[in-house]
Amino acid sequence: MYPSKFDYLVPETLDDALGVLAEKGPEIKILAGGQSLVPMMKLRLANPPALLDINRLPDLDFIESSNGHLRIGALVRHNHVVRSDAVKAANHTVAAAAPWVSDPIVRNLGTICGSLAHHDPEGDWASVMLATGAEVVLRSTQGERVLPITDFCVDMFQTMCRPDELVTEVRVNKHSARGGGDYQKLERKVGDYATVGVATSLELGEDGSITDAGIALTSVYAHNLKVTEAEDLLRGNQPGTELFKEASAIAGAACDPADDHRGTAAYKRHVVGVFTERGLAKSLEIAQGGQS
Amino acid sequence: MNVTVNINGAERSADVEPRLLLTDFIRVTLGLTGTHIGCDTTSCGVCTVLLDGVPVKSCTVFAVQANGRSITTVEGLKQNGQLSPIQQAFHQEHGLQCGFCTPAMMLVGTALLEDNPNPTDDEIRWAISGNLCRCTGYMNIVKSIQAAAAMKSEEVSA
Repeated sequence: MYPSKFDYLVPETLDDALGVLAEKGPEIKILAGGQSLVPMMKLRLANPPALLDINRLPDLDFIESSNGHLRIGALVRHNHVVRSDAVKAANHTVAAAAPWVSDPIVRNLGTICGSLAHHDPEGDWASVMLATGAEVVLRSTQGERVLPITDFCVDMFQTMCRPDELVTEVRVNKHSARGGGDYQKLERKVGDYATVGVATSLELGEDGSITDAGIALTSVYAHNLKVTEAEDLLRGNQPGTELFKEASAIAGAACDPADDHRGTAAYKRHVVGVFTERGLAKSLEIAQGGQS
Repeated sequence: MNVTVNINGAERSADVEPRLLLTDFIRVTLGLTGTHIGCDTTSCGVCTVLLDGVPVKSCTVFAVQANGRSITTVEGLKQNGQLSPIQQAFHQEHGLQCGFCTPAMMLVGTALLEDNPNPTDDEIRWAISGNLCRCTGYMNIVKSIQAAAAMKSEEVSA
């Protein structure tokens, strides 16, 4: 299988890259890890006239923990996140999800920001970001825009990233010492898309009540689905099995999975409920234990 | 576009179309056929090579992306004309049946032992979980990587 012909552009500086995007952004696809883009091009599902390879741009391969945010640069590979102590200390949902993304070899090239920009509804990272809260940083020759993840994600394969913009980093909210998070994923085999994925995140107040909660679902809706109704139910209440069961029932009712080779809709809906409950329990355990 | 790579220690250059896949660059342009093509859809891992020491699926990388970088294929594993520990171990433990996945398994094993000289059984299985063996000969592949780890640690202590 071979892609259509394309021009290959490989700028050495961010300014050069943004200049090219300003000039001919609509003709360009950005090549970061390429682990979704290249297969799509080989299947001719994508036929971009030009690829802009950002792999040689300096200063985009960073993970930094600062000011309430975990900053992940555009060239950070999934495996870098798997191995990062900064990630383990900063955000439990991100740390739990990273080893579940695709397979170990794909994780050596694929990037977190690329996955968010691609916005496949079966991708894991958007759910993680929707559950924990995050901001996406977009750069163009016009300057910088910082969008909340809820604004950035529009629909399947659609984001607010303009053709002249490059996602340069994602800033994920950090968990406090009384915070916890988890990612539960069912996959048929290593490297397959999720049959069901559930990202959870909790923050507790000094009295042990839930001050903030996040739940988002993968592969069971037309796009990654943030279950705000369940989050609202959790917020302000004391955590407990009954409350978590109620939130799980809301998540199960909110999703709209398809019958396919990965399972029936009824089965997936059931798994959403089970995983939401398990994910919340695990998040609570971490939040209460201060365990990393 | 001109692409120059250091492959198995030797510098090689060629003029290629940007859409040429790294697998075909290695197999057809450079004539190194130890790197295999399996699924061609980023699933099976038999096309795995080391790019700057890191395993990547060469069917999902363009040759132009490797410009100026170093590549190791199965042909580059031998050391001073001798089989490397991982190659010896696959031989000794019969870590192959049909042999089609073997170059990739040995490269992934090599990269794993660089990072983690004494991996547990689970860590080995985890590391090769992006590589399929259609003969399902995983038991002996895991044993081979364990044996290579043992050989390497003997080499170090000797």
